[in-house]
Amino acid sequence: MKILVCISNVPDTTTKIKFAEGNTSIDTSGIQWVINPWDELSLTRALELKDDALSGVKSVTVAHVGPAGSEPTIRKALAIGADDAVRVNYIAPDAYSVAAQLAEVIKKEGFDIVMCGIESSDFNGSAVGGMISEFLAIPSVSSVSGLKIEDGIPVLTREIDGGRESVKVPVPFVAVVQKGIAKEPRIASMRGIMTARTKPVRLYEPVAAESLTETARFEKPAPRAACKYIDPENPAQLIELLQNEAKVI
Amino acid sequence: MSVLVYTENWDGKFKKLSYELVSYASSVAEMLNMKVIALTIGKADDDELRILGNYGAARIINLVSDRLTVLDNQAYAKVIADYAQKEGSKVIVFSNNMTGKALAPRLSVRLKAGIGSGVSKLPLNLDPFTVYKRAYSGNAFAHVIIRSDIKILTLAQNSFEIIEKPTGAVPETAGIDVDGIPVNTTVTETRKQTGKILLTDADIVVSGGRGMKSPDNWAPLVELASLLNGATACSRPVSDEGWRPHEEHTGQTGKIIAPNLYMAFGISGATQHLAGISSSRFIVAINSDKDAPIFKAAQYGIIGDAMKVLPKLVDAVKKKI
Repeated sequence: MKILVCISNVPDTTTKIKFAEGNTSIDTSGIQWVINPWDELSLTRALELKDDALSGVKSVTVAHVGPAGSEPTIRKALAIGADDAVRVNYIAPDAYSVAAQLAEVIKKEGFDIVMCGIESSDFNGSAVGGMISEFLAIPSVSSVSGLKIEDGIPVLTREIDGGRESVKVPVPFVAVVQKGIAKEPRIASMRGIMTARTKPVRLYEPVAAESLTETARFEKPAPRAACKYIDPENPAQLIELLQNEAKVI
Repeated sequence: MSVLVYTENWDGKFKKLSYELVSYASSVAEMLNMKVIALTIGKADDDELRILGNYGAARIINLVSDRLTVLDNQAYAKVIADYAQKEGSKVIVFSNNMTGKALAPRLSVRLKAGIGSGVSKLPLNLDPFTVYKRAYSGNAFAHVIIRSDIKILTLAQNSFEIIEKPTGAVPETAGIDVDGIPVNTTVTETRKQTGKILLTDADIVVSGGRGMKSPDNWAPLVELASLLNGATACSRPVSDEGWRPHEEHTGQTGKIIAPNLYMAFGISGATQHLAGISSSRFIVAINSDKDAPIFKAAQYGIIGDAMKVLPKLVDAVKKKI
């Protein structure tokens, strides 16, 4: 069984976001780039499955759509333990065009399980995984918080309102993954970092793809009013304010 | 031409989220001078369906098939897309919840329709069609232009007021022509809590962080939540430690919520935590560290030990409410 993990290259989640002039893009100076947190958890789970000889998972590949500048993030995924990588050399304007590129890669290389994070921490679109599955006309399961392989058959845990369910779909499929899929992201070992340098990254030139949306500009959230402090000895005053001023209780 | 709103039903019932969605779709439809069709898959009660007409749905459609009893993304997307095409829908509205995130991207490809995901306002402009959405996990908002003929919007929860606009629409129930629809999802087990207010539905959320010091200290926090008819939540270290269940983890990689009131006890307010709560209408912070970043996000604050403040708040609520 072959697993593909799609990875997005995002600013470290503690970054203070600033915008470049005109507010049409972010100011990338000083930004630390990382693997999107949900993608990193997907990769961790894929590697755990590969470590388990009984799972039947033979290889874990990562795929990324982006320019050469994202190579360090791809190398990081290889250092964590992915066997090989694909990079589509394309600066994608939107989720639709990313998914179109990844769908082409999957068509060419063939995978049983495609894992995508439920969103990227930059555009928060929650779109690429579902789009890939529709481009390929294969099943998708969203809100996946668990993936096991029992007697060669993938069994997914899907979060639902107020609970979860066990779900089976035939391969190939796309799993859109959220928290819970792995406990902690796996960290690269020194050996992993050394071997990552020689692992293959296959470069694809982009196929012609349309985009349907564009980001016209960004803005910062409106600043909140200054915090009103309440005497810790008299918390009843807080309840009073929540009732009569904020009118929320 | 129409605006189609997909209103998921939960065992035949709708909830506040559904009414927000229909209200939003009606307001978008008004801007475009179109009618709203509300669509739900899976048998819903007639009385429940009728309620959607209170918020501006001109038609209320219930599609039913015994082959579509569990969520199969591929099949549901096809059914909704076919219906949208039949009705000439130009805008399709989903919730930005688990179901919306599962279906909207598939519809996007089927209909070649751009998505504005997690929108929290009415479109800013109709030409070009521009929507307002959260980006960088709450650290920014983006103006996104959708260029395609058909547009898909997923509405952030608790971001739009319910607006009464009764139409008196009579629900229509129809079967689904299931020929040629692949249904591949098998659900082998379902575990579900009942009788508990869901974190994502709650108007009031009471949340605890590491400042609560031990899992044994949670009783007054749970009591406060229950007195306020709210849900309980926690920060990531707390769920990682196993002090509270993972479902309660609120933050960037956990649940993203937008209640009317979020009360944070002993939570310092790391960027990743704020990413999950910053859309709350009111934030109250109780923390012993006066420099904790949570106070920058809060409208009301108490600098003090959460463990000491909590019992006093419980008493105050018992007296007042």
